[in-house]
Amino acid sequence: MTDGVLIPGRDDKSLFSAWRLSFFGAISLLILLPVLSPEPYWDIIRFVPDGVFMTFKVTVLSIFFALIIGLLIGLGRMSRFAIINISCTIYVEVIRGIPLLVQLFYIYYALAKFVKIHDISAAVIAMSICYGAYISEIFRAGLQSIPKGQMEAALALGLTRKQAIYRIILPQTIRIVLPPIGNEFIALLKDSSLVSILAVSDLLRRGREFASTTFYYFETYTIIAIIYLIMTLFFSRIVAIMEERMKPDA
Amino acid sequence: MPSRVKVINVSKNFGDVTALRNVSLEVKQGDVFFIIGSSGSGKSTLLRCINRLENVTSGDIYVEDVLVTGPKANIRKIREETGMVFQSFNLFPHLKVIDNITLAPRIVRNTDPAEAEEKARVLLKRVGLLDKEKAYPEQLSGGQQQRVAIARALAMNPKVMLFDEPTSALDPEMTKEVLDVMTDLANDGMTMIVVSHEMGFAKAAANKVVYMDDAEVIEMGTPEQIFNNPQMDRTKRFLHNVLRA
Repeated sequence: MTDGVLIPGRDDKSLFSAWRLSFFGAISLLILLPVLSPEPYWDIIRFVPDGVFMTFKVTVLSIFFALIIGLLIGLGRMSRFAIINISCTIYVEVIRGIPLLVQLFYIYYALAKFVKIHDISAAVIAMSICYGAYISEIFRAGLQSIPKGQMEAALALGLTRKQAIYRIILPQTIRIVLPPIGNEFIALLKDSSLVSILAVSDLLRRGREFASTTFYYFETYTIIAIIYLIMTLFFSRIVAIMEERMKPDA
Repeated sequence: MPSRVKVINVSKNFGDVTALRNVSLEVKQGDVFFIIGSSGSGKSTLLRCINRLENVTSGDIYVEDVLVTGPKANIRKIREETGMVFQSFNLFPHLKVIDNITLAPRIVRNTDPAEAEEKARVLLKRVGLLDKEKAYPEQLSGGQQQRVAIARALAMNPKVMLFDEPTSALDPEMTKEVLDVMTDLANDGMTMIVVSHEMGFAKAAANKVVYMDDAEVIEMGTPEQIFNNPQMDRTKRFLHNVLRA
């Protein structure tokens, strides 16, 4: 009985108000700091937009390819053919077992012995491969959550397996996996800061460039942190709204 | 009457478990063929072998005089000719009622969408759900969902309808609406194979009844023969138990 009081229910609003406080707090800071102290905050804010754009570019490209990889690997792990099934499982196990930072180094520096990959391409490739493995697990769980009877009903009506997957299984899976994939997108947005070590001029890298010439380390990284925070809070709200919409009784 | 489904000496094993042992039967055009028996006696497996949702271990099944079993069989063609109704309805939850019904005609037969919808409305009227065409399955009661599922199967103009315990998940009132639709179909001359626990309905609607137990056909005959004058002890015991309940 006490549990019911202590554990917040679904309609508890405290989570949303916490989100509102942090989101609008961060935005106010981003506006107030340069107003109150234009030197150095206004200079920082004028310096970093390129980085925000680059961070977005890398994130959006990576999530796009990661979704394709994730869907293919997720479907592959449901395959009736052992060889496809096993290769996809190996992919997931291997990639998930190596830190993203090591994968970035590997593709950019180690593979340079054979092929020189452009820094942004290397960043996108490494992050797509890595997040593809995680997203494939989400797809797999989503595909497995569709009752067996759905496939059987589609086959019994004369659809091919391919038509059944495309028309019946995938549309239902996408409703289920959209919120967790939104969370992966946010995680990827944050992890994209790792690409700054490959000389990709993302948000963090631009901050470092500014700080190392002006020595305003505290001020610069405060702004950088606030910008990341605003971006992730913004997208997490979108994911929460999506989750609400996807509820079956909505 | 020409033969619709012929099952010859079919056996089916799941690993060590025997689901069907040397089952033979013939369903003729217009037959309302009931398969009765206790749970786990192989009734549903037999139905699922007829449209190849399961592969037989040995034996042959013919639908419309075409061999279903064996590697060369045109499985999709067979499935187009046999409509199936499941215990758990298995409507597609992301599609409206009308789209559930028109999906297979459009995808499998390339029927013109307008024509498919017109046909779907005729079928919906027949099962008494014309006002629900825009509804999603979750907005319907179990009985309504099962009636939509029947309409969905009928949309492919099947030669044979397979019913796999169509009312087992329904309360008595909803059971009646579904049985009424099935009676209407039977009166219309549809060939039906029905796995069911509804003995009263079997007595009233069937023209042939087969009793299965422990993966085998024990006894086969007209409803009068099976229900009023069973020959085998196992049939007598089963009927005694279910009819007493």
